[in-house]
Amino acid sequence: MTGNDILLTLVVITALGFDFTNGFHDTGNAMATSIATGALPPRIAVAISGVLNLVGAFLSFSVAATIASGLVETKLVTPTVVFAGLCGGILWNLFTWFFGIPSSSSHALIGGVVGSTIAAAGGHGVQWHGLVSKVIIPAVMSPVIAGCVAAIGTYLVYRITRNVIEGVRNRGFRIGQIGSASMVSLAHGTNDAQKTMGIITLALIANGSLTSGSKAPAWVIVSCALAISLGTYIGGWRVIRALGKGLVEIESPQGMAAESSSAAVILLSSYFGYSLSTTHVATGSILGTGVGKAGAEVRWNVAGRMATAWVFTLPMAGIVGALAYYAAHGIGGTGGVAVIFVVLVAAATVFYLRSRQTKVDANNVNAEWTGGIGVAPEERATAGASA
Amino acid sequence: MNTWINLSALWKIIVIGLAAGAGLPAVFALGLRALNPSSASEAPAEARGSASSGISLSGGTVIAGLCFAAVLAGVGWGIYSIVHGS
Repeated sequence: MTGNDILLTLVVITALGFDFTNGFHDTGNAMATSIATGALPPRIAVAISGVLNLVGAFLSFSVAATIASGLVETKLVTPTVVFAGLCGGILWNLFTWFFGIPSSSSHALIGGVVGSTIAAAGGHGVQWHGLVSKVIIPAVMSPVIAGCVAAIGTYLVYRITRNVIEGVRNRGFRIGQIGSASMVSLAHGTNDAQKTMGIITLALIANGSLTSGSKAPAWVIVSCALAISLGTYIGGWRVIRALGKGLVEIESPQGMAAESSSAAVILLSSYFGYSLSTTHVATGSILGTGVGKAGAEVRWNVAGRMATAWVFTLPMAGIVGALAYYAAHGIGGTGGVAVIFVVLVAAATVFYLRSRQTKVDANNVNAEWTGGIGVAPEERATAGASA
Repeated sequence: MNTWINLSALWKIIVIGLAAGAGLPAVFALGLRALNPSSASEAPAEARGSASSGISLSGGTVIAGLCFAAVLAGVGWGIYSIVHGS
């Protein structure tokens, strides 16, 4: 095994690690509302979502190409650049998960890779026009569109069923909710698993193992599908709690309206070639259901904190990605990447151990919202997210 | 015309998104209402019974069936669009 093989192995492991964080960070996008309304027991919900992510990952391979090309000059990308970018994505994902902020995993990944590319090759290595038109503009518009669709949907379902007895209505909509949440899970697997497939393919091309323009090999597809599915099943309970309980007190008609809006917007966007963040869409939809139901309380301060984190996702993941590149490149060669890999694992372990102090799991995910994810002071989360 | 925003895709996303994302839940709601007509005066326990069992094949049931079929068709179209996506 040469140094090059070791380097590539570390990159692939890191990429699958990112895929795993992507899964558990985003479980809530599909399942938060179903868990909050009791349509599905928490553990069943994450299991369904995990399986559907697995299935979704095998359904289509159209997004995989766009994540790699169109954003950075792929010929300037080396395996070390990919590795450093993944470090940025993983650390930002863990940071936001710890504070229960549903930030975009796609943005974390893109930010990390863009940051490490700038560090390696300078600003001309980035296709800025592609970055703005394919990533930033959709990110601004998608939550607004999803929110409007969900608000109108919510208004309609309450209006139509206003004479139906509440118990009957809620039970009916719970069934609808399970269906619509399943669609979001499927769409998530299709969209997000492919992003990691694209990144590993990019690393393989950068290493010369694949020719430019190649499709993802079968082992890449299978391992990415498994990683995101397993991550989803582990369940990002902190984010699920923030989405399901933090933003709006959700009833099952709202839950169905939110997930239907999310599923429709995500599927339509990927159909038209927009690679967008499922997180932004899901958060926008849940906010929309709060707006669409008369008398519902929307916690705009929680929403504002999430939006703040979204703004910081690209630059922060980029800065971490750039720092990781400078450090790995400074130490040099495969050894540099190995050192950063150890640092990354250590940082992930610290996040995990700290999270256990304010543990959120299947048992307390639906506990009354008292202003924060767990018992951790909310103010610290706010300061941390905007620092 | 605009290299920053694909406007022709955008308005399709908005229009079809509204039809599918807000329209299908509304159709589902119509189905639920057809299945449980003006139950405001009934006791909850009786309504629960009529929701799960003992439904005679009335006009409401047929309407509900059509509504739920339309929703399922929408879901089927969604899965089809994933598999045969762009």
